[in-house]
Amino acid sequence: MGPEHRRELIVNAVLALALLAAPLIAVTLDEPFYVTLASRVAILALAGVGLNLALGAGGMVSFGHAAFFGLGGYVAGIAALHAFEDSHFIAWPLEIGGSEHMLVIWGIAMAASAAAALAIGAISLRTTGVYFIMITLAFAQMIYYFAVSLPTYGGEDGLSIYLRATLPLVDADDGLTFFLVCYALLAAALYFSHRLIGARFGAALLCARMNPERLATLGIAPYPVKLTAFVLSAMMTGLAGALYAELNGFVSPAMLSWQRSGEIIIFVILGGVGRLFGPVAGAALFILLESFLGGWTDRWQLVLGLILLAVVLFARGGVVGLLAGRARHD
Amino acid sequence: MTEALLELRGLSKAFGALKATDGVDLTVRPNEIHALIGPNGAGKSTLIAQVAGGLRPDAGRVVLLGEDVTGWSVARRARLGLGRTFQVSSLALEFSVLRNVMLAVQARESGARGFWKPVRKDEGLRQEALGVLARVGLDARAELAAGALSHGERRLLEVALALALRPKLLLLDEPMAGLGPEGTRELTGFLQALKAEAGMLLVEHDMDAVFALADRISVLVYGRIIASGTPDEIRTSAAVREAYLGDHLHAEKA
Repeated sequence: MGPEHRRELIVNAVLALALLAAPLIAVTLDEPFYVTLASRVAILALAGVGLNLALGAGGMVSFGHAAFFGLGGYVAGIAALHAFEDSHFIAWPLEIGGSEHMLVIWGIAMAASAAAALAIGAISLRTTGVYFIMITLAFAQMIYYFAVSLPTYGGEDGLSIYLRATLPLVDADDGLTFFLVCYALLAAALYFSHRLIGARFGAALLCARMNPERLATLGIAPYPVKLTAFVLSAMMTGLAGALYAELNGFVSPAMLSWQRSGEIIIFVILGGVGRLFGPVAGAALFILLESFLGGWTDRWQLVLGLILLAVVLFARGGVVGLLAGRARHD
Repeated sequence: MTEALLELRGLSKAFGALKATDGVDLTVRPNEIHALIGPNGAGKSTLIAQVAGGLRPDAGRVVLLGEDVTGWSVARRARLGLGRTFQVSSLALEFSVLRNVMLAVQARESGARGFWKPVRKDEGLRQEALGVLARVGLDARAELAAGALSHGERRLLEVALALALRPKLLLLDEPMAGLGPEGTRELTGFLQALKAEAGMLLVEHDMDAVFALADRISVLVYGRIIASGTPDEIRTSAAVREAYLGDHLHAEKA
């Protein structure tokens, strides 16, 4: 293990501990706002970890990941609505009602995101470069306008979740507990990504980004490899969407908007494209800027823009790259 | 007679009015090096691309190891037993030399499957890859990033990647290009020995290497094969002298 690799492990550990420590300290100081803030960081980081698999490892610049984020959110919202009203999502030929079980909602959110990503990816991955960016954006916009035109589920105004779904054994209504649940899922997604990218599939995926022609010449078709990664990526982002809706008690088309897609890309770029903990650093920095600069001036995004500019021009490895040095695939 | 490794039948490909490949018939038999020569713009690269699968012919068939692979993808042809090297090195430059070859070994063994076990700790994969690197004399450079290799070393890594697939047929697109005389001599010796393992279709501009290695030579001019035979037959063919070798041989005599 080289010294740079060890440095990245230390940076990752510090990030993980800081994110865990912040809400624990906030609880002892009786500042629930910061617990919610930490939950947002964990959830948005999870969405970013999802995108990072597609963008960082596979080189797929998806400008439509809000589609999966919002889809996960709407699964949570719709499940809560029907559970609350005791009505049916589908009444015939199968009776499908709502659910107040978070595990069920997570499962459906990931399944729905996977299905959507399979369809969107199957078409989008026939293109590359700027066309891929545009076609993923177009799909996300279609889903956005579909949600806007759904009066049953709030249309433009969105949908409130009056009762947060429940988990076995723990009280998900408690702010700190909910944070810990989000944190555990983020950790699981990070570990899953780490194993996946270090395994044979990951080697093929990285080569598909670097040199797809080479990969094909070795006998591995790049298309199914990238599509698989795209679907797994969307599942993580979809799960994050379900958590985000539960956190806010609200889901609206804003979760599906192209601005949201852009934000998820910003997490990844800010933190370091392709770096395991990049999205964690990126989401944390983004939320900190938004909360603290945003409380001071409405033009906080000007500062964000400058920071983004600096990262793109001078620190391609993002925050993690700045702290831990260049990435290596040895 | 044993079955041909590669058989091209009436292969044709046109770009607009330009017939880049014009009814080409060609075979590569087991343990044979079949060289394809021709002046610049003769359509060698277009022909190679149709054999490798990157380009679909307008007409004709590509038969590989007895299978009609005309409609097959690049990856599927590779899995059947086609290894190739590129005219311009095509590598995963961020990977180490070793990881490039490990990926090739992996591709042959399991493709992209394997979602959990770390490649870094896969001793079987590592040892086989190191063995292949030793064959081409790159084992001392294994830990280097592929992007840090010299031009000549990249060419050797290309050969190693093809070998790791244990191909039945090797498609070599100007493997000597840019190698010094020393490198060319070494690679010529290596390919000579490799004939026992795989047949080869060799595209090469270095005529010394071609005449030293080839069992048969086909001459491509304007997309057509104007002559095909043993090196001696090609050397003495009037048509070939006229169309292509003329200048080259006169220059040698002078």
